Amino acid sequence: MPSSPAAAHHRPHSLGELFLTFTVLALQGFGGVLAVAQRELVERKGWLSREEFLDTYSFSQLLPGPNVVNMALMLGDRFFGWRGALTALAGMMAAPLLIVLVLAASYGRFAEHEMVAGALRGMGAVAAGLMVAMAVRLAASLRSNPAGMVACAALVVATVVAMAVLRLPLLWILGGLGGLGWALAHWQLRRAERQR
Amino acid sequence: MSAAELVDLFLRFLALSLLSIGGAMSTAPEMHRYFVGERGWLNDAEFTSSIALAQAAPGPNVIFVPVLGYQMAGLSGALVAVIGIMLPSTLLTLGVSRWRNRRRDHPALRAFSAGLAPVTIGLLLATGWILALPFVNDPAHRTGALALIALTVVAMLRTRLAPIVLIALGGVAGAFGAV
Repeated sequence: MPSSPAAAHHRPHSLGELFLTFTVLALQGFGGVLAVAQRELVERKGWLSREEFLDTYSFSQLLPGPNVVNMALMLGDRFFGWRGALTALAGMMAAPLLIVLVLAASYGRFAEHEMVAGALRGMGAVAAGLMVAMAVRLAASLRSNPAGMVACAALVVATVVAMAVLRLPLLWILGGLGGLGWALAHWQLRRAERQR
Repeated sequence: MSAAELVDLFLRFLALSLLSIGGAMSTAPEMHRYFVGERGWLNDAEFTSSIALAQAAPGPNVIFVPVLGYQMAGLSGALVAVIGIMLPSTLLTLGVSRWRNRRRDHPALRAFSAGLAPVTIGLLLATGWILALPFVNDPAHRTGALALIALTVVAMLRTRLAPIVLIALGGVAGAFGAV
C-alpha cells in the first residue's frame, strides 16, 4: 500500500502548475472531485499530509460553498496568496464548466439510449466505491487524534447512522457530533498541557 | 428572460451561496421551490435532468448550478448562476481561513480540527452509502453494482490506479450490461 508522508513538504512551483493540477484533478472527478483530490494532492503531489487534507476538508464543510472548491481556494491561498486562490478556483471550474454547457446544449439526443443509461449506472457505482475507499484511507490518521481512538470510532459510527439512516440535516450533525468531538479533543489537549 | 428577471436570478444565487453549507447540492431543494414552484422558469423534468447531467460530467458538483441557469436563460443565465453561487462563498472562505491560520496554535482551534475529523470520515462513509442506495434498492442491478463497488474499494486500497481509470472501466462495464 502506498504510504503518505506525515507532513507535506512539496509545493507548486508556479501559478501555471497550480492551475494545471486543479484542471487535471477536476476533469478526473466524475461524481465528485474529493476522492481524486485526495489521491492527487496527498498521495501523488505531496502538497498536503493526510491530516492536513482532513483538516482542510473538515473546515471547508463548515463554510458555505462547494467543499472541494473551498479546499482549492485555501490551498491556492496558502501557496500564492489571493492570486493562488483565484488560480486554483479557475483551474477547478473552467474546463468542467465548458464541458457541462456543451453537454447541456446537446442533451436530449442521447438521454434515452440504453447503453448510456448503463454506463451512467456503472460510473455511479464506482463513485460510491471511491468515497468508501477514501474514508478508509483517511481513517488511518485517527490513530494520532487527541480525542482518542475509541471516541473517534464511536463518532464515526454515530455520524454514519445520523446521516445515512436517520437522514438528519447536516447542520445538526456538524453542530451536535462535531461539537461533541470538539469538546472531547479540547478537554484532552488541555489535560495533556497541564501534565507537561 | 427579461433583464429584471436576470437580476432577480443573480440576487437569488448570491443569497443561496451563503446558505450552501455542506455544498451547493444542499440548496437544490430551495432552488427547486423557487425556480420550478414559484416562478415556473423550469419544469420538474428539466430540473432533475440538469442535476443528472452535471453529475455525469467531470468536475465539482456545483456545476449543476450553471446548468440550471443555462436551462432558464441560456448562456447569460449560466454566467449569472456561476458568478452568483461562487462569489459570496469564495470571499467568506478566504477571509475566515486567513483569520484561522493566524491563530492555528490556539488549543480551541486545534481541538476543532481534531474533533471534527471523525465526523468528516463518517460523513464520507454515509455519502458512499447514499450514492449506492439507488442500486441497492433496485433488484435488477443490485448484485452487479455491489460487486463493482466492492471491487472499486479493493482496487483503490491495494493498487495505485487513478480513480478516472476505475470510473472509465465502470462506465464500460455498465454500457455492456454488467451493472
